[in-house]
Amino acid sequence: MSATMSTTPPQSPGYQLPKEHYLNATYGIRSWLLTTDHKRIALLYLASVTFFFFVGGIFATMIRIHLLTPQGYLVTPETYNKLFTMHGVAMIFFFLIPSIPAVLGNFLIPLMIGAKDVAFPKLNLLSWYIYITGGCFVLYSFATGGLDTGWTFYTPLSSVYSNSAVTPAILGIFINGFSSILTGLNFVVTIHTMRAPGMTWFRLPLFVWAQYSTSIIFILGTPVIAITLLLAGLERMFHLGFFNPALGGDPILFQHLFWFYSHPAVYIMILPAMGVVSEIIPTFARKPIFGYTFIAASSIAIAVIGFFVWAHHMFLTGESTYAALAFSLLSYLVAIPSAVKVFNWTSTLYKGSISYDTPMLYALGFIGLFLIGGLTGLFLACLGLDIHIHDTYFVVAHFHYIMVGGAVMGYVGGLHFWWPKITGKIYPEFLARLAAVILFIGFNLTFFPQFILGYLGMPRRYHDYPPEFQVLNVMSTAGASILALGYLLPMLYLTWSMRYGKVAGPNPWPATGLEWRTPSPPPTENFEVTPVVNWEPYDYKNRPDLGLATPTAPTLAPAHGDD
Amino acid sequence: MSEHIVSPKLYLLIFLALMVLTGTTVYAATVDLNHYYRGLNVIVALVIAACKALLVVLFFMHAYYSSKRTQLIIVAGVFWLAIMLSLTLGDYASRSWDVH
Amino acid sequence: MHRTGELSGQFQTLEQQKDSATLGMWIFLATEILFFGGLFLTYTINRHTYASMFAEASRTLDLKLGGFNTVVLIGSSLTMAMAVWSAQVGKKKLVTLFLILTLLLGCVFLGVKAIEYKQKFDENHVPGLNFQFEKNADQATNAHAQLFFSLYFGMTGLHALHMVIGAGLLVWLIKQSMAGRFTPQYNTPVENVGLYWHFVDIVWIYLFPLLYLIDRH
Repeated sequence: MSATMSTTPPQSPGYQLPKEHYLNATYGIRSWLLTTDHKRIALLYLASVTFFFFVGGIFATMIRIHLLTPQGYLVTPETYNKLFTMHGVAMIFFFLIPSIPAVLGNFLIPLMIGAKDVAFPKLNLLSWYIYITGGCFVLYSFATGGLDTGWTFYTPLSSVYSNSAVTPAILGIFINGFSSILTGLNFVVTIHTMRAPGMTWFRLPLFVWAQYSTSIIFILGTPVIAITLLLAGLERMFHLGFFNPALGGDPILFQHLFWFYSHPAVYIMILPAMGVVSEIIPTFARKPIFGYTFIAASSIAIAVIGFFVWAHHMFLTGESTYAALAFSLLSYLVAIPSAVKVFNWTSTLYKGSISYDTPMLYALGFIGLFLIGGLTGLFLACLGLDIHIHDTYFVVAHFHYIMVGGAVMGYVGGLHFWWPKITGKIYPEFLARLAAVILFIGFNLTFFPQFILGYLGMPRRYHDYPPEFQVLNVMSTAGASILALGYLLPMLYLTWSMRYGKVAGPNPWPATGLEWRTPSPPPTENFEVTPVVNWEPYDYKNRPDLGLATPTAPTLAPAHGDD
Repeated sequence: MSEHIVSPKLYLLIFLALMVLTGTTVYAATVDLNHYYRGLNVIVALVIAACKALLVVLFFMHAYYSSKRTQLIIVAGVFWLAIMLSLTLGDYASRSWDVH
Repeated sequence: MHRTGELSGQFQTLEQQKDSATLGMWIFLATEILFFGGLFLTYTINRHTYASMFAEASRTLDLKLGGFNTVVLIGSSLTMAMAVWSAQVGKKKLVTLFLILTLLLGCVFLGVKAIEYKQKFDENHVPGLNFQFEKNADQATNAHAQLFFSLYFGMTGLHALHMVIGAGLLVWLIKQSMAGRFTPQYNTPVENVGLYWHFVDIVWIYLFPLLYLIDRH
């Protein structure tokens, strides 16, 4: 053990980048486009999801500008329908769902479990190509007539009445689904079979547990959206009747099938972010995580229970009262594992020696925003209340608190946390903290007024609104411009740091995970020798070598079994 | 890892059982079982299909001899399918109970 | 599913490699259950809503051809299982023989399926192409019968697509088998394609009674 530890001395200046690492092992565009290295594939994903984030972000900006005035400022009502649809499709299917799993998950899972690569490296590259192919179809749809069905593709609007480019969009999302499935498959197999000696299930980092849970949803949920969209697409192309009431079909069946995947898809977005937060919190509280087993189990629980709640999206669409009751009750159940996580993170912070480095700011922001998003989710799961706030801006605010306040905060926080590992460089800390604060303020200013708007009755997806709602809408738009600044800053300084940043060294924070015991950036093979794990996770108590303020154990005692 | 080798005799036996069950299901469809109990025809057809599927999974696909992990994956796939079918059909079945 | 049976770089041992391939295949089959599951759910709800129409439409399918195909496909599962057995006990010639038999039976199945599709095409029973259930059928009858045939073509079409992919995999296996690649130590590809083939068989085991045997009395 001491042999492996000596490779990660406490933070000291004067590090040099390793001579050869995964970024400079080979050169040229071919070496990237044909790579099977999980770390390079992660960077391919990083570039492509960032692109789609921009696309979706531009639509969001236009929506907010349009809503500055009650009668609508910028576009025609038809174009407005397209804006919010394309914003949703780009953000959900091509940014949020692949963001943490495909970028951070791909980069980190093999490093965290001590493997050379994922189990199926070629399949991993294929997943990226499938993602890109699906993305091209969707961009084609955006460019040739756009898409105005809402990201939910409800039939018969999508299959009969819409005059926009629905077919290529459906095809694109159908294709993209296989990227998710294969990524999930790859991760599950990797976590089962590729763990280093000594890396038992309950020594896995909680990020890996979160990815495992996410992969379960990828594997068992995504096929259903694939077949559903295929049916809707066939219905549109050949005038079939599966979901078209005029031909005897059933539109509510489409909604059942759609939400069977798309509600768990929310957990695809939030679970990995929870995994990121579970890594960041103990690192900057300098304490072992509180309730490791509970956090791990609650990830699995969220993934499983998440499949039992979908029809709470359909309370007002004609499902039976009894089914609505059951789904309402089941939806409350998800709150339990979510609360377990928040409780454990908070307990980890208790009496910790907390430092407010940038990743920690994001993690703390995540806890607060997720709490608001989660609790307002309970409002919506409540049958009686949902009748009033269904399809209002209350819903919009709620899911943006989960997806932007939760998932995106986790993603950006995770990018900062592992940026030194990915690039070997440190970003400018002051700018980064500033950006985190700007993001937090901008986010709340954008979306908190929308809770009030929704409560007052402003419906979502409308291009205009009564004049009395203007003040809150202007607040929201002002917030959005701050938010945009908050996103542009990291893009600028992170890019800058790749060239000009200080060299990070293998373990800059320092943290206990296996990924920090190899050089930054890591070599193509990840580890020079296969690591052997003989310590418990998050063992900050017994790691005086990490330069803790008050180490409790004076010597390098082997740390087994005292967790 | 020693894998289990199933003897060709057993394979042949399973095949014959599958043939018999195929014959049974065709025959059962020609008899009006709904007369005895509403929907009995489709129940019989599905039970026979389930038996056939089970034979294929357990012996042709060696699930009977596989690791717990493999068996868990099969159960998970079927369980998730059951979630989707039962909760959706539950909605449809309970619509007629609604009091308007 | 490594081509040469050698150890790929990311693995430590051959055993780990085999374990990963098998696990991956089973997980893939689990996704397939859910993939077909969406169709089965759509089928169930429509059949319940339009029970008598589905029964009537189902009677227009050719029971003899459907039954024959069921026997053929289950037979191909037997030969596939035998191919796996031959590989496990090291009878290299038998592996090739059984794989070829499996491929042949698969092609017979697809051929019969093509004949059935042709019949349906001649009867104007293909949804979207001048669909007409019977002469002078009213609009509702046509719409509801079209639902049955949309599902019929959707389900059997997706199944046939899986068969075509399976046949492609078999060709790939036969080529390797003829080169004598499969041994008692290395036969994961045969085993995994076998799993896939049996799964496709199971789908048909459900499709046959649900589509052909709704009401034959």
